[in-house]
Amino acid sequence: MAKRIEISGLDAFYGRTRAIADISMAVEPRQVTAFIGPSGCGKSTLLRTLNRMHELTPGGTVEGKVMLDGTDLYGAQVDPVAVRRTIGMVFQRPNPFPTMSIYDNVAAGLRLLGRTRRSQLDDVVERSLTGANLWNEVKDRLDKPGAGLSGGQQQRLCIARAIAVQPQVLLMDEPCSALDPISTLAIEDLIATLKESYTIVIVTHNMQQAARVSDVTAFFTITDAGEPGRLVEMDDTNKIFTNPSEKGTEDYITGRFG
Amino acid sequence: MDDTLTHVSAGRKLKDLTAKVLVGAAFGLAVIPLVSVLWMVVKNGLARFDLDFFTHSMRNIGPFDAHGGAYHAILGTLQQVALAALISIPIALLTAIYLVEYGEGGRLARSISFFVDVMTGIPSIVAGLFILAFWVLGLGMSFSGFAGALALSILMMPVVVRSAEEMLRLVPNELREASLALGVPKWRTIVKIVLPTAFTGIVTGVMLAVARVAGETAPLMLTVFFTDSINNSAFSGAQMGLPLFVFDQAGKPNPTAIDRAWTGALTLILIVMLLNLGARLIAWWRRPATSR
Ligand SMILES: Nc1ncnc2c1ncn2[C@@H]1O[C@H](COP(=O)(O)OP(=O)(O)OP(=O)(O)O)[C@@H](O)[C@H]1O
Ligand SMILES: [Mg+2]
Repeated sequence: MAKRIEISGLDAFYGRTRAIADISMAVEPRQVTAFIGPSGCGKSTLLRTLNRMHELTPGGTVEGKVMLDGTDLYGAQVDPVAVRRTIGMVFQRPNPFPTMSIYDNVAAGLRLLGRTRRSQLDDVVERSLTGANLWNEVKDRLDKPGAGLSGGQQQRLCIARAIAVQPQVLLMDEPCSALDPISTLAIEDLIATLKESYTIVIVTHNMQQAARVSDVTAFFTITDAGEPGRLVEMDDTNKIFTNPSEKGTEDYITGRFG
Repeated sequence: MDDTLTHVSAGRKLKDLTAKVLVGAAFGLAVIPLVSVLWMVVKNGLARFDLDFFTHSMRNIGPFDAHGGAYHAILGTLQQVALAALISIPIALLTAIYLVEYGEGGRLARSISFFVDVMTGIPSIVAGLFILAFWVLGLGMSFSGFAGALALSILMMPVVVRSAEEMLRLVPNELREASLALGVPKWRTIVKIVLPTAFTGIVTGVMLAVARVAGETAPLMLTVFFTDSINNSAFSGAQMGLPLFVFDQAGKPNPTAIDRAWTGALTLILIVMLLNLGARLIAWWRRPATSR
């Protein structure tokens, strides 16, 4: 069920400004691909073009191709709502629905799509929470508000919510940036498990994290303020961190950037 | 101990004290009218706060007679306000949703916004005059509670639009994105995520609008007209309203009529307070997430 993403010649704009230019790369299934690079180089923007969230930003437009197992996500026939259902997303800041309980938060996707019977929901909720490594902590208070959990638990709740609809790809935009080391470790473990069944893309500013969790790393950069971000190189994580082909990558990874 | 961390200069202490006194005094001044109005209304209104008042109309009660009541006026006010709310709340909510979720600062959204602002400034008597000219004189309809409700909804609509808009804008964009990223269509996101999140605030805004129009007198005079008898139907013939009742009774040269006016005013305040309380209960009941 994991799928391959192939990006070719992709540009993304905010109004007139081009935020990323000429991105071509492939994201392999059942692997973790990490996006790294300096702030403002367009990692989030690229991530959001992959599930057509970018166009929800006022002025957001996209040129180029994103193929998901042979289907162009930006094809005329394609329904963006269906794309977002297939490609799930976890955001930088945990954002559980404040009006809903823990249970309802996890069930939200299925319920809002109105396709699942009640008896099945219980199963899905338990499976997703277990999958997100949260079940043991919350199984006795599923009816309590999701916003009452700690930040790390909320983030895992959001992951459970995202995997409850069984997407084929999971996009994570700095999922651990607001979390303590223990929650971070829990989520990294989780990513390692999830990659067995999903295609995962993770944006991170934490080099160690990229090295720990990812199989493939893509390094982006931006040459000047006002210039669009570009892909510098993409390779096995090991190679990127030990012996990158580009000088820029090495400088960035070793902290000699700018 | 280090002096810089503990020493507060006399000047700062004085400023602090002055600010405290000024704020306290301003609060006192603001509360005086409120408390004195409430006290006056309660004190004078209790004289006729009896069963008769709530079960009888003013039919066959002469200007100098005692007894009589405001049943017809209470009934009229409840019907007119309910109808006005029924007409204006859906329109206003949909308008607010359009402005916040779909308008995106476009030309249509900006012009709607402009006209809502203009509507907010319409004096209530003008709303009454408009319905009189358009509905009663123009279309030849009779005076009725419904005509009054139309005039009231003109006053209610912009208030509800503005407050609902405000509340919808307070809903963090992250929640919309979280829902959309699950593959939930936009309209469902609005109905299931955005509206419930803003629910409490919207209810409060609606209640303020209801409270505002419940006390309107001028537009009612021109649209529901006036009667001393009970008219159960808001759709045919003149009705009464509590503000009209107060206005009418207070103008009569007779202490018993004046007493009725006070009790009418007290009843109006109570109705608005009860509505407010009800709204708060609804908001409180809908707030926490508990159900499975
Ligand atoms: N909503 C927006 N409107 C206009 N420009 C935007 C918007 N969001 C981002 N940008 C611009 O697009 C460029 C790329 O931003 P993006 O958020 O993708 O960077 P990033 O690599 O994710 O940075 P960070 O590591 O800080 O999250 C930046 O120059 C940014 O200013
Ligand atoms: Mg970012």
